[in-house]
Amino acid sequence: MSVAGLIRMGDSTLVLGQRVSEWCGHAPALEEDIALANTALDLIGQTQLWLGLAGEREGQGQDADALAYRRDPWDFRNLLLVEQPNRDFGVTMMRQFLFDTWHLEVLRTLAQHPDAEISAIAQKSAKEVTYHRERSTDMVIALGDGTEESQQRMQSALVRLYPYVGEMFTIDPDDLIDMATLRPGFDAHLTATLDKATLTRPASEFAHQGGKTGARHSEHLGHILATMQSLPRSYPDAKW
Amino acid sequence: MYAQMIKSEATKEDPVKLAAFQARIDAGEKIEPKDWMPEGYRKTLIRQIGQHAHSEIVGQLPEGNWITRAPSLERKAILLAKVQDEAGHGLYLYCAAETLGVSRDELTEMLLDGQMKYSSIFSYPTLTWADMGAVGWLVDGAAILNQVPLQRTSYGPYARAMVRICKEESFHQRQGFDIMMKMVNGTAAQKHMAQDALNRLWYPSLMMFGPSDAESVHSEQSMRWKIKINSNDELRQKFVDQTVPQAEYLGLTIPDENLAWNDDKGGYDFSQPDWSEFFDVLKGNGPASVERIEARQTAWDDGAWVREARMAHAAKKQATTLAAE
Repeated sequence: MSVAGLIRMGDSTLVLGQRVSEWCGHAPALEEDIALANTALDLIGQTQLWLGLAGEREGQGQDADALAYRRDPWDFRNLLLVEQPNRDFGVTMMRQFLFDTWHLEVLRTLAQHPDAEISAIAQKSAKEVTYHRERSTDMVIALGDGTEESQQRMQSALVRLYPYVGEMFTIDPDDLIDMATLRPGFDAHLTATLDKATLTRPASEFAHQGGKTGARHSEHLGHILATMQSLPRSYPDAKW
Repeated sequence: MYAQMIKSEATKEDPVKLAAFQARIDAGEKIEPKDWMPEGYRKTLIRQIGQHAHSEIVGQLPEGNWITRAPSLERKAILLAKVQDEAGHGLYLYCAAETLGVSRDELTEMLLDGQMKYSSIFSYPTLTWADMGAVGWLVDGAAILNQVPLQRTSYGPYARAMVRICKEESFHQRQGFDIMMKMVNGTAAQKHMAQDALNRLWYPSLMMFGPSDAESVHSEQSMRWKIKINSNDELRQKFVDQTVPQAEYLGLTIPDENLAWNDDKGGYDFSQPDWSEFFDVLKGNGPASVERIEARQTAWDDGAWVREARMAHAAKKQATTLAAE
């Protein structure tokens, strides 16, 4: 019953972890390189927990690796937001900020979940994500309220990514919790941060759909998976 | 070893001061940033620590090449952690260099414009997953041999950075060997990848120690200053002696027909790498040299707006705090 919801959590952390790890060795400063790798590492660790539990509950002998490396794009249930390319550091940090703000609300709620295993994963993850959100929030503020160029870059990053926010809060029976109830908490943090960052929230609430239901991913997901799954798919009998 | 062919600077200071300085080093004392030191000592150390730091940073790239393709979540996490450690090593080393009066930005610019080098090994490409094993096993293995003695180097901040770095490097080497174990016990394709990685990386690993001491004109002064502890040949011999049994254990063949145990010296005889290739690599003609510097240059250029914005924001915050006081 909870399998679909667990897969949603694990797929979003997996795809974002994969995206963030693309920065390794290429960040604007050494400290950012380390922090991004650390974020990716946390997200991959969380993926192991979510997909591990999903595989166990599904009961068909699939472990976290089988779910990550052997499924096709149409089986993925991650949010569209996390598939979006890194583009520049501003887009990466804005994507991280929007995700972290949603993610922390989700984990705080899931930490109270009656299912003890779900609640345990959420509690562990919430500690890490509290730090992620703090860092991405500080970065959005610093870059928004930095130079004229950085302000423009952050505003266009926000405009570019805001249409992927709505999907996080749609009501869907497969989610582990009612996501719509988290919107006020998300909005409060978003508004406070954008205010300090001198950024303007886009007027349109248009939202792309299809990531978490798997109905229509973006073109990006196929490329992410082609790269990520290349070895286990090419050498199906190999153990690594 | 991450520092190769470090030119040692001649020094023309007051002979009395120089003698006192040498006496401190001979007595095993550590030199600290505020202590008097010969200009040559300072400059040589900047070059050595800087090259070592650059090697850690450029060294992220060949391994970073496989993070997105790591074949399991566990392997991805381990590799991410390893590459993150390397960035951390770079950070400690740049900090150690800063105590000698050169900033990280200055060192970075010298790397990008070719005035400073990074270890030749990182100009080689990583072509299969087995390279992640071989880099850990051979490259980190070679690095450890050089870095363990550097924990006793005369310059305090450098020695202390090396203590932290060495702890992490031995973990990296074990991880590399573990990947190799999986590969040699795996499918025919995996065994092929393992042997191919050893074939490609063996001689570049031997080059990491630098050319023979007979040709290394700078070694003597650096050894007197305890910036360099062992000779290049000594360390290379030690590396071969420790690695041959490991390769045998893995069932892999070291690509050297002349490799043979020599009872008299109590070590292996082995072929030297092609030193003309080494000098080509140092000149920027390594198979991946252009890509490596290009990647660092792009990161530096593309990151400029971020660094500027952070400075601007910090200045604004400081102004607000001051105004409030």
